[in-house]
Amino acid sequence: MNWTMIGVFLALFVFVTVLGFVAARWRHGDLTQLQEWGLGGRRFGTVVTWFLLGGDVYTAYTFIAVPALVFGAGAIGFFALPYTIIVYPLVLLVLPRLWWVSHKHNYVTGADFVRGRYGSPTLALLVALTGILATMPYIALQLVGIEVIIAALGFHAGGWAADLPLIIAFVVLAAYTYTSGLRAPALISIVKDLLIYITVIAAVIIIPMQLGGFGKIFAAVPHAKMLLAAPPSASLGSYGAFATLAFGSALALFAYPHTMTGVLSGKNPRVLRRNMALLPAYTLVLGLLALLGFMALAAGVDKLPAFASGFQQYKANFAVPALILHSFPAWFSGVAFAAIVIGALVPAAIMSIAAANLFTRNIYREYFRPQCSSAEEARVAKWASLVVKAGALVFVLELPSIYAIQFQLLGGVWIAQIIPAVALGLYTRWWHRGGLALGWLCGMVVGTWMVASLHFAGTVYPLHLFGFTIPAYAALWGLILNLIVAFVFTLIFRALHLAEGQDATAPGDYTGQSAQ
Amino acid sequence: MSSSTNGKKRSSWRLLLLVPFIATLWVPFYNRVEPTFIGIPFFYWYLLLWAPLSALITWIVFSRNDSPDNDR
Repeated sequence: MNWTMIGVFLALFVFVTVLGFVAARWRHGDLTQLQEWGLGGRRFGTVVTWFLLGGDVYTAYTFIAVPALVFGAGAIGFFALPYTIIVYPLVLLVLPRLWWVSHKHNYVTGADFVRGRYGSPTLALLVALTGILATMPYIALQLVGIEVIIAALGFHAGGWAADLPLIIAFVVLAAYTYTSGLRAPALISIVKDLLIYITVIAAVIIIPMQLGGFGKIFAAVPHAKMLLAAPPSASLGSYGAFATLAFGSALALFAYPHTMTGVLSGKNPRVLRRNMALLPAYTLVLGLLALLGFMALAAGVDKLPAFASGFQQYKANFAVPALILHSFPAWFSGVAFAAIVIGALVPAAIMSIAAANLFTRNIYREYFRPQCSSAEEARVAKWASLVVKAGALVFVLELPSIYAIQFQLLGGVWIAQIIPAVALGLYTRWWHRGGLALGWLCGMVVGTWMVASLHFAGTVYPLHLFGFTIPAYAALWGLILNLIVAFVFTLIFRALHLAEGQDATAPGDYTGQSAQ
Repeated sequence: MSSSTNGKKRSSWRLLLLVPFIATLWVPFYNRVEPTFIGIPFFYWYLLLWAPLSALITWIVFSRNDSPDNDR
C-alpha cells in the first residue's frame, strides 16, 4: 500500500470532484431546463467540444482494453487506429446536418430527429431503446476500468474493501452530474486530457528507454502477434476481421447517443468541423497507448509475482496498470492512475446524460407526459441519469466483469442497427418507416444470434458465402441485412400504400438555409 | 452564386476524404515488418502516421468547404 501514490491519486480525484460541482456555474445557464442540463445550453465552442468529444471516444475502458488486446492478441488490437482515423471524415460528412436540423427543431436526441423526420413515435422508440440498451454496458465498463485501477492501487481484498472506493467514486460522480449536467464532464475532461497526455507521452519516452529501445521491445513480441496472420486461401481471414472491426466500430461510434450529445452541444457546425481535424490528436495518443501493450509484454509484467493476483483477476486488462507500477516512481503512478480513473468518470457522466436525455424525451415525454414543461424534463433527466449509473454500478458489483464486456460487445452490434434510420434520414425521406423498423429488427436478431453463436467470446463472425469465407464484425453483417430488409419492405409498403407519417422537417433545415 | 460549379468543386475536395479510408483499410498493403522506423515495424508506424495525415486532409477539406452556403 504505497501512500505517496494513493495520496497523489486522491488529491487529483478530489480536485476533479470540486470542479464537477463548480461546473454548474460555468457558462451560466438555467439548469432546470433540459437543454442546459443535457446539452450544456448548446453553447460549447471548439476547444470545449474537443475535450468533450475526446472524452466520448477515448474512455478509460479504451485505455485499458486496447493495450490489453495488443498484449494478449497482438496486431489485431491495433484496429483501434484505423477505426479512430476513419471515424472523423465520416462524422465530418454527416453530423453537421444533424446539428442544423436539431438546432432548428430543438431536438435533443437522435430519436427526436427520427420522430420528426418519419412522424413515427414507434421508430423513435426503437432508436431510443437501442441507444439506452447499448450505452448501459459501456458505462458499466468504465466502472470496471475503475475497479482495475483500485486493485492496482493496492485495495485487493474482496468484499467491502474493494467495493467501497468504487461506490464512493460513483456517489461523487452521480452528485455532480445531477447538479451540473453536461458542463461537469466538459470541464473535468480538460483536466483528464492533460493528465492522459502527460502520462502517455512520459510512458512512451521513459519505458522504451528502460527496455532498451523499440527494437528490443518488438524483439520480445512473439512472431504470431507481431503482424496479422496471412489469410488462408478462399478466406479474408484476419484482414477481414481487422478492417471490418475498424469500419464497423467507426459506424457504431457515430450512432452512440453520447456522440450525438457531444455533437449537439456545440454552438455551431463549424465547431464540429474544426474538431474533425483536431480530434485525431487523440488517435495518435491511442496508438502510443496501444504500443504499451507490447511494452508490457517485453517487460514481462505478467510474470512478476507482485502482479500475479492482478493478472489472475483481470487477465490482460491488468497489463497497463502493472506496467505503470513497474516502470514509474510511486507519485507518477498516482498521476497515471488518476488519469485513467478520471478518464472513466468523464465518459460515464456523458453516457449517463445521453441515456437520460433519450429516456426523458423519447419515452417519458412521448408516452407518459406529452405536456410536461422543460423544467420537468430536466428533473426527470437528472433522476434518470442517476438510475442509469446506479444500474451500471449494481451490474458491476454483482456480476463478474466478463458479463459487462460481453454485453458491451453486443451493444456495439445493436447500436449499428439504428444507423439506417438516423443517417439515411438525414439525406432522404425515401425509406419507409415500417421498412426501417423491420430492418432494425432483422439486424438486431441476426447480429445477436451471430455473437451468441460465438458464445459471446467475440464479435467477428465468419460468413461462408459461395465457397468463400468472410470473417467480419457482426455489426456490419447486421447492418447489411438491415439495409436489404428495409429496402425490400420500403418497396412493398409503398406499393401497399401503407401510411408514411408526417415529415416535420424541410430540406433547407439540414443546411441551415431555412428561415430561423 | 454559381452553385453548380461550387458544388462540383466541393465534391472533388471531399473525395480527398476517401484517402485515409483506403490507406488504412487496405490491410494487405501494410501488413509487414519492413521497413522499420527506430525499431518499430511498418505496420505500426504506418498506422500511427495516418493519424496526423488524415487530420491534415480533413483540415484541407474543411477549409475549402468552410463558407456560409457550404453546409451540405
